[in-house]
Amino acid sequence: MNHWIIVPVLLPALLAAVLTLAMRYHIGLQRVFSVAGCVVLLAVALGLLIHAGSGAVEVYELGNWPAPFGIVLVLDRLSAVMVVLTAVLALVVLLYAIGSGWDARGSNFHPLWQFQLMGICGAFLTGDAFNLFVFFEVLLIASYGLMIHAGGARRLKAGVQYVIYNLLGSTLFLFALGTLYAVTGTLNMADMAERAAQIPFDDSALLRVGAMLLFGVFAIKAALLPLHFWLPNTYAEAPAPVAALFAIMTKVGAYAILRFYTLIFGPDLGATAALIDDILLYGALLTLAVGMIGILGARRLGRLAAFAAIGSMGTLLIAIAGFTEATTAAAIYYAIHSTLAGALLFLVVDLVRERRGATGGALVPGPRLAQHGIVAALWFGAAIATAGMPPLSGFIGKLLVLDATRDMAAVWLIWAAILVTSLVAILGLAQAGSVVFWKTTESAATAEAAEPPPAPPPALPLVACFTLLGGIVALSVFAGPVTRYLEATAAQLHAPAAYIAAVLGQG
Amino acid sequence: MELLMASAIGVMTAAGLYLVLRLRTFPVILGLALLTYAVNYFLFSTGRLAVNMPPVLRNGVETYTDPLPQALVLTAIVISFGMTAVVVMMALGAYLTSRDDDVTLPPEDGTGREDGA
Repeated sequence: MNHWIIVPVLLPALLAAVLTLAMRYHIGLQRVFSVAGCVVLLAVALGLLIHAGSGAVEVYELGNWPAPFGIVLVLDRLSAVMVVLTAVLALVVLLYAIGSGWDARGSNFHPLWQFQLMGICGAFLTGDAFNLFVFFEVLLIASYGLMIHAGGARRLKAGVQYVIYNLLGSTLFLFALGTLYAVTGTLNMADMAERAAQIPFDDSALLRVGAMLLFGVFAIKAALLPLHFWLPNTYAEAPAPVAALFAIMTKVGAYAILRFYTLIFGPDLGATAALIDDILLYGALLTLAVGMIGILGARRLGRLAAFAAIGSMGTLLIAIAGFTEATTAAAIYYAIHSTLAGALLFLVVDLVRERRGATGGALVPGPRLAQHGIVAALWFGAAIATAGMPPLSGFIGKLLVLDATRDMAAVWLIWAAILVTSLVAILGLAQAGSVVFWKTTESAATAEAAEPPPAPPPALPLVACFTLLGGIVALSVFAGPVTRYLEATAAQLHAPAAYIAAVLGQG
Repeated sequence: MELLMASAIGVMTAAGLYLVLRLRTFPVILGLALLTYAVNYFLFSTGRLAVNMPPVLRNGVETYTDPLPQALVLTAIVISFGMTAVVVMMALGAYLTSRDDDVTLPPEDGTGREDGA
């Protein structure tokens, strides 16, 4: 057994406990250990990515109990890619949080951050449906704490909404799992796939109910319209580094849809074939439209970034709705891109808010910012990435999605939606950018000139933002090798027999 | 037995959802608690309803009840218990800072900082 598979779960869990117990009042020590933990996590994740590249499905049996009796962690290409993405995002955004001082504005930021990573990595790695629920809860509980970090009346209220919405989602998750357990008698995902295939079509009504309930849960996480209402308030009110980390949380929902509807309720399973395809496709088209129109209509930068996150989920879910190898590969590429781009947008929005003083995130002309040119350049980069303009990876991602959906029945609708909403997003982002960066109020600038010049803002946040931008550039430059890996990932997902054989020990 | 369980789960779910839709934190939390009770009973019944049967292997016993749902229910109880505590604390915090127990966010004032810092 390869013990490295458990490290992305175990390392943040232990580190979080140590951070809480041993260095609760030492923010400096917490920062050092938290960053070191993220660096090690990234190194391990990269090792797992290379390891999974061989195409083998690695199984880690917790407590050495064989599946389906014990809980297993499963490493395949998709899990490895998602864990690497999590580790990269966590490290860079953590540097931003430290540089901007966000982590010191409340207590226990770093332990919660590590628990959040534990939950996300666990959700990506687990091969057991109930264990997935537990990891969802872990990441949600940590996110409740992070969401209300630094306090404030509006943030607390938005936090309460977020918790209530997610508690309802968790209840639905339990109903879904209970239904599926009643039908199949197992919770191991590979075993469930095997048993679901044996259920005759006439007896499969409950199985379909379970599959639909589960889809509802994941649609909430992935912010699919009309279940997206939790997202705008949460993301707009959350502390910026937390909102940036939340960029991966919607992808957890997308990942779960991809995993369950290729492995268990795959296209070959007669009972549930084409059960969700249409709902997912048209829901995703609406999500895309609402997200991008939301960018155009937003009157505050935080909400603008939140609607950009919804719009990117729309494009991603359109690609997932294809359920072919080509669309899946495109979906994963776009997921990587939109995670980095979404996080970058939230961080740049925070840079602007921190520099604008009382004007904050309102989209009205404000004072000239400190380091005006650099922040404007970052906004420009983030906007290009978000809207999907060349030369950054958003363009390649959208191109891949357009190309992969060419054979689908609704191809003209999809193409029209993606292309028109891209234009709407460009308009919205350009409008916001010109208000913030070009229409500065000169009177405020002259008034400020009379005062002594303020201390220059710290450089680390800018470094973190440029690293994210660099990641997006790297994703565009190395699009060839990345898409080759992702095509192999999609091929592995759409041939679930190897996964099932590896988990159940028949390989 | 089946009718009793089914109607209990149904009534609790309906009452819970109704309370959640009240949009005041106290009824919403009560509604969430009712929903978690409903889901616990539901999970319990997924291993088939069985009376007076042991969940672990024993000599001389022919019929058993499924032990797995019981373990699942325990996990679900622990999580929902913790979550109820968290949401109560957060709702109290929100009430004490804004002096208002409405769940919906007040409209934004246009110029004030939205991050509250």
